[in-house]
Amino acid sequence: MNNKDAFISIRDVGKSFGTFQAIENISMDIREGEFFSLLGASGCGKTTLLRMLAGFESVSKGEILIDGQPMSDVPPHERPVNMVFQNYAIFPHLNVAQNIGYGLRKLKLPKAKQNEMIEEMLDLVQLTGYGTRKAHELSGGQRQRIALARALILRPKVLLLDEPLGALDKQLREQMQMELRRLQRSIGITFVFVTHDQEEALTLSDRIAVMAGGEVLQVDTPAALYEQPQTREVASFIGNMNFLDARVTGDINGYASLDVQGIGALNVPRLGKTLSSGDTVCVAVRPEKLILHDKAPSGPEKSIPGTIELVTYLGERSHYHVRVPGCDTAIAISSQNSRMNQPKEVQEGRSVWMTWAPDALIVLER
Amino acid sequence: MKQSTYIKRPNRALQIYAIVFLIVLYLPVLFIPLFSFNDSIYVRFPMQGFTVEWYKAMWTRDSVWAALGNSVTVGFWVAIISTALGVVAARAITRYRMPGQNALITFAMLPLVVPGVIFGVALLVLVSRLGIPLSLYTVSLGHLIICLPFAIATLLPRFEGFDRSMDEASADLGENGWWTFWRVTFPMVAPGVVASLLLTFTISFDEFIMTFFLSGTDTTLPIYIWTQLRFPREFPTVLAMSTLILALSFVMVFIALWIGRLGIVTDNAEDTK
Repeated sequence: MNNKDAFISIRDVGKSFGTFQAIENISMDIREGEFFSLLGASGCGKTTLLRMLAGFESVSKGEILIDGQPMSDVPPHERPVNMVFQNYAIFPHLNVAQNIGYGLRKLKLPKAKQNEMIEEMLDLVQLTGYGTRKAHELSGGQRQRIALARALILRPKVLLLDEPLGALDKQLREQMQMELRRLQRSIGITFVFVTHDQEEALTLSDRIAVMAGGEVLQVDTPAALYEQPQTREVASFIGNMNFLDARVTGDINGYASLDVQGIGALNVPRLGKTLSSGDTVCVAVRPEKLILHDKAPSGPEKSIPGTIELVTYLGERSHYHVRVPGCDTAIAISSQNSRMNQPKEVQEGRSVWMTWAPDALIVLER
Repeated sequence: MKQSTYIKRPNRALQIYAIVFLIVLYLPVLFIPLFSFNDSIYVRFPMQGFTVEWYKAMWTRDSVWAALGNSVTVGFWVAIISTALGVVAARAITRYRMPGQNALITFAMLPLVVPGVIFGVALLVLVSRLGIPLSLYTVSLGHLIICLPFAIATLLPRFEGFDRSMDEASADLGENGWWTFWRVTFPMVAPGVVASLLLTFTISFDEFIMTFFLSGTDTTLPIYIWTQLRFPREFPTVLAMSTLILALSFVMVFIALWIGRLGIVTDNAEDTK
């Protein structure tokens, strides 16, 4: 716990509202200068955790340290963090420059210096010349930028963002994602970002904490979360995943021998998990890691025959649902439409075969 | 397009009812300014001729001005104090959940329904028991009880519409509770505060029953007018004075409503963005 990477240290933190346990028992470290996301469905405790970092919620149990300082007795207005609120909380009675400069009063700087800082912030969020606009004259994207500028002008050690892009339309959201990333890189402040949108979290973050039911399921880089989910919950939350029930039959050289429902005997990388014969597990595979063939492949690798049940054409790619005899659910396959070996005329009802790369399968506890 | 739905169809009967209602409500009131310009001490038709003599007579009478001064002074302080208390109450009601809160709100609103006579008598008994002499202070106390529910009722919607994240944003940007109140909360509820000041001033200015029970030798304008009614010669002067009060009250209430509305309009403009 005491490694110097830990810029924000969350130690055994719990939060209860009356009898309701919002945060169970969370411990994790956030590094300096990192873009860290808290990802989870609504009600998973991510916003509560963020508000505890800001000081708006007290910590029922455990401790939060920011830059080595315990935060328990520090009120929100004295913490070295600033926040971008979900609804932006732009002060409606102040203009843009007054909103951005709101936090400067306490610094007791000369007026000229304050104005200079405000101008600098307006430039940073690309709203040069908007200083005298009224709050209600602004669009959603502009309000978002002002909320950002207002929080960043105080040079916080940590910037907290509570689903700041949720209210924006898709195009603007993607544009703001890019800007947020660029901004975070250029100023180097630690960002803690709350979102329920897994795509957004994957796009923006250096690391992501996946949360559910007040607990942290896994903290990892986007790639590691996607490629090596530790639990079935994480695997199903991030991207699409096929799950097949299986039973452990043995262990050979770091591979688990499995008897998979509808497929039969398979060897799957064990990835350090301890499995013993007779355990019921599940095998997970991403739809895009399965390869579709219109005739039985001649190679030595294992292939599974099936019948196309549903084809969904999505332009750059197509989704297929393949019914495999003995499997409870249809297997989803996603295939780039530019692929050379793509079956030309794949129709519903047609017989197909599936193959996969050796590392495509992941074994998970059920 | 055929206006088949009853929602869009104009309701003739209802329109006539509304017009009759307004006439019955305001016609008697309109006689006051009308006869205040009548060149006769008797209020009856036909009217005699146009005169501003009653207004002039009023102008030269010191006791009128003393009563008016008392009314304005009492109204001013009652408006300030009841609005200040209303701000505190409205903020507490909207911000905190406390046991017995609804009972407390009902209790604060009680003067709206309890007859003024009862409050007047009760307060009179109380202050005389305590040996406090009747004065403009006791009058103000009575007015305060009447005005507080109006102040709370005017301010509560402004505070209820107040987004709590505004306070949090201010705290997050380094301001403590005191500065947050003056830099964020107060400016945002200011239209409600102005509306409350004007409304409570008007109510205090017009108040009769409580004043009647609680005033000493100094008296307010409504009481002064009432005492003048005993002298028929003074009646036209009373009409002139009433006209002025009427005009003043109308202007104040309209300003109060207009300011309150102004705040709501700008709020809505933000919501649609």
